Amino acid sequence: MDMPKDRKYSIDHEWVVVEGDEATIGITEYAQDALGEVVYVDLPDEGETFAVGDTFGEVESVKSVSELFMPVSGEVIAINDSLADAPETINDDCYGDGWMIRVRIENESELADLLEAEAYLASIDE
Amino acid sequence: MDNLTETGVYRGPKETIYEASSKGLTCVLPPVLDVPAIDVADTFGSIARASAPILPEVTEVQIMRHYSHLASMNFGVDSGMYPLGSCTMKYNPRINEDMARLGGFAGLHPYQPERSVQGALQLMYELQNDLGTIAGFPAVTLQPAAGAHGEYTALSVFRAAHTAKGNPRKKVIIPDTAHGTNPASVAMCGYDVVSIQSTESGMVDLEKLKAALDEDTAAFMLTNPNTVGMFDSQILEITQAVHAVGAYAYCDGANLNAILGITRPGDVGFDALHINTHKTFSTPHGGGGPGAGPVCVSAELSSFLPGPVVEKEGESYRLVTPEHSLGRVRSFMGNFGVLVRAYTYIKALGAQGIRDVGEQAVLSANYLRVELADVFDIAYDRTCMHEFVISGSRQGHDYGVHTLDMAKRLLDYGFHPPTIYFPLLVDEAMMIEPTETESKESLDSFIEAMRAIADEAKSNPELVKGSPYFTPIRRLDEAGAARRPNVAWTGTID
Amino acid sequence: MNYIPINFQQKKEMLDAVGVENIEELFVDVPKQARLKGLLPLGDGAGEMELVSKITALAKKNTPATELVSFAGAGCYDHYIPSFIDHLLVRPEFFTAYTPYQPEVSQGTLQAVYEYQTGICQLTGLDMANASMYDGATAMVEAAFMAVRLSRKRDKVVVAGSLHPEYLETLKTYTHADTVKTTVVDAVDGVTPKDDILSAIDDTVAAVIVGYPNFYGAYEPPEEIADEIHAHKGLLIVVANPFMLGLVEAPGNLGADIVVGEAQPLGNPMSFGGPGLGYFACTSACTRQMPGRIVGKTTDVDGHTGYVLTLSTREQHIRREKATSNICSNHALNALAAGMYLAGVGPTGLKKLALSAVSKARYLHDALIATGRFEPLNEYVYGYEFALVYKGVAQALYDDLFERGYISGVVLDEQVMLFAVTEKRSREEIDAFVSEVEAHG
Repeated sequence: MDMPKDRKYSIDHEWVVVEGDEATIGITEYAQDALGEVVYVDLPDEGETFAVGDTFGEVESVKSVSELFMPVSGEVIAINDSLADAPETINDDCYGDGWMIRVRIENESELADLLEAEAYLASIDE
Repeated sequence: MDNLTETGVYRGPKETIYEASSKGLTCVLPPVLDVPAIDVADTFGSIARASAPILPEVTEVQIMRHYSHLASMNFGVDSGMYPLGSCTMKYNPRINEDMARLGGFAGLHPYQPERSVQGALQLMYELQNDLGTIAGFPAVTLQPAAGAHGEYTALSVFRAAHTAKGNPRKKVIIPDTAHGTNPASVAMCGYDVVSIQSTESGMVDLEKLKAALDEDTAAFMLTNPNTVGMFDSQILEITQAVHAVGAYAYCDGANLNAILGITRPGDVGFDALHINTHKTFSTPHGGGGPGAGPVCVSAELSSFLPGPVVEKEGESYRLVTPEHSLGRVRSFMGNFGVLVRAYTYIKALGAQGIRDVGEQAVLSANYLRVELADVFDIAYDRTCMHEFVISGSRQGHDYGVHTLDMAKRLLDYGFHPPTIYFPLLVDEAMMIEPTETESKESLDSFIEAMRAIADEAKSNPELVKGSPYFTPIRRLDEAGAARRPNVAWTGTID
Repeated sequence: MNYIPINFQQKKEMLDAVGVENIEELFVDVPKQARLKGLLPLGDGAGEMELVSKITALAKKNTPATELVSFAGAGCYDHYIPSFIDHLLVRPEFFTAYTPYQPEVSQGTLQAVYEYQTGICQLTGLDMANASMYDGATAMVEAAFMAVRLSRKRDKVVVAGSLHPEYLETLKTYTHADTVKTTVVDAVDGVTPKDDILSAIDDTVAAVIVGYPNFYGAYEPPEEIADEIHAHKGLLIVVANPFMLGLVEAPGNLGADIVVGEAQPLGNPMSFGGPGLGYFACTSACTRQMPGRIVGKTTDVDGHTGYVLTLSTREQHIRREKATSNICSNHALNALAAGMYLAGVGPTGLKKLALSAVSKARYLHDALIATGRFEPLNEYVYGYEFALVYKGVAQALYDDLFERGYISGVVLDEQVMLFAVTEKRSREEIDAFVSEVEAHG
């Protein structure tokens, strides 16, 4: 199970890459594998704000729907438009081209609550 | 194993009726116009159709060939066994079809005078009574078009009754084993859904139910026999607890086939029930519908039913709207054509036949259960009702062959697969309901096929995982269909 | 007759295999006090001969509209049904089949529904259609709920009062929990004043629902309403009679975002009001909020074209309480009949049939006006259905003529009568009817 060390993880299977005060968010290898073939992603609009733990969208496979939870609080400053035409990118490259949203981090201290790669791996194995 | 090579002839989908068309061909000739023709542009002005819709242009022979080919790709109850749990795919008697097509029924306009439709009203009245007798309720509406529609109707009756008492209340409790239409119907009715966990044996957890019940509860919805194929023996305590907080108990009648003539939901404390005529009462599934979802209610709730219902006055029948009716849930009176079929079936069965159905449905299911118990994990290995659940997890764990794979392999053996992945309570679930209209030969063939597939899962898992091979088409790319929806042919006809 | 293919000996073998003496033992979970003692009071069953005798007697107690000269419409119409349709619908592979959840053995149903969806898209001028719903009324309700979901924050729907009263009643029932609030704009003389609708539209309105034609047969052009609701970022829902859509413009080309209605006129008998089918079409932007089953095209592992139920994540079996609707089934067999009908008539046939009905309607309309006993309810253009004001007691005329073998449309109130003239009515029948009207005095 691929778990890049350059980013942090949430218990809900999202990953976060922090650059300055911006965070790019996507879902992990474990999540995309459990979902199966992704057919659709429902993402928020730019400008929407969410608190940590809020549902910011949904990802659908043929037979299931999963909510996406904010790993940090923030305002959406970019969404990955390519996922509308090619949702399968999430299966093919969940850590790269399969990124979902970018937010302006509202509360830096929340980053401390996220998991490092090893801790996330351990949480899955439970 | 492309079925082209296998059989030598491709049997799957060919062109659409649009692609088979050629400009100018027609099948139906409109009658010669015997009155002056209107001028379309003059009459309709800006709303005259600018360019014609693209519709098929074919002759009758092409239509018959086209649809004959379509039919050849379909599997129906007439083709073979359909052990779909909770769907009750029993035989659809032909006489039902003939009766529904009688001109005296099919040619009726819903608004023609009551005195000219007394036969139809009598049929509906007698059907209301018979369904009420079978289910144990005094009042019935035949208006809902389907089971889910019936659920919504009954919940609306509850809401109307609560509102009349001053408080509509806020929530409806359902067990976690409930069919998806249950919470969806609750939400449509403006109530919150409260889901309670069932016990390990798939029954209602009475303690959890009592803890969840309070004065904000409008109703408790239960399928009984339940969605794991068993009759919840605590039923009297359950309905008692529901009534104790002033809530109503609703019975999802999907599994009524198991208890026909044996017991009645109205006798165990339920306040309302919906019936699926396309399950219990042999009306055909039609590839997805139409069905009908009559709703039966207690005397207390009868004045809230959607109207009209049929009443008898002396020797004549009338359409009457109940005094505190919650209103209509659809146009016209119901799926009358479907109701004629259900009526015919009940009259064919009579009292003895009704009980025979319940008894044989349960016996046949238990027979399959005991004969498959050594090769499959039976989710609840005890006496079941008309259906039982097996888990494909043994095969999944040992050989990597999942329930889906085994279901697809059953297609190669000439059976429609059982219900799969429901109920959610059982991992890799396969819910099997033979119904009472399968012969012993048919049941034994099914047992053989299941045992053969269990063997194949062990000896040749890749074979099972790649199935089906002998169907008109093989496994389809469902993800692709959902990613780039193509729901209509687009093109031109030359 | 119980249709059970198991004899006594086989039953015994099964009981032995299960390990019980008698079937009673299998019902051990049913509380004793709830066990029925004896048979239900349902009477004896019957073999086919007795059944046929009894039930045809019931049918003979009816005088069906198809055996009279009928001008009744009001949402259910007596159109000619080509003979080939029933010959196909009795094929057991179509009618005894289950919902196509196992597509490998259901391509017949799936492809036929795909073709039906195609026909609906063509008639309505929109890109997406579902596999049908119960009827026009519930389809309209679902459209209203869908528009509210799409609007995210709005909960109001403006509704033309000139729609079918039963559709309005159904909408009222479904909105009793106040999940959606409706504003019904009153009709005046069988039409809903356009300005009244326009002034009801604001930024709190998710959608406007209008008829095409309306219940009274009148065509109220929707373009201005479309512009207004779109300017406020809401949706236009049009309830349309599909039989006319080969002759009049597709609502999708007039600004409709969702088009619904009753498709019984396409190849389905009246059958006392049901089963018919609700058809449902929308723009592709709205797809994911469209309720009901949808068939989509795809390929199999060998690359062959095939069809499947798709976009299932909208539906109740996956989303449960968050589903677009609780609807589980569709009216598949009726949709098949509608698709077959469209294949049978083709674009030219559909237009000619509508032309025939509309021409005959005008012929009747003008003849009735000429008797001096009727006035138009309004001056709006109509298709094959129109409302007139009778200068007398409408019910008395209706009852008198019924005894003479005529159904004089539908009586709407003291004086207003709604007449539908389909292609089945001949000039002779219309002339005879008018003579009878004159004779009534």
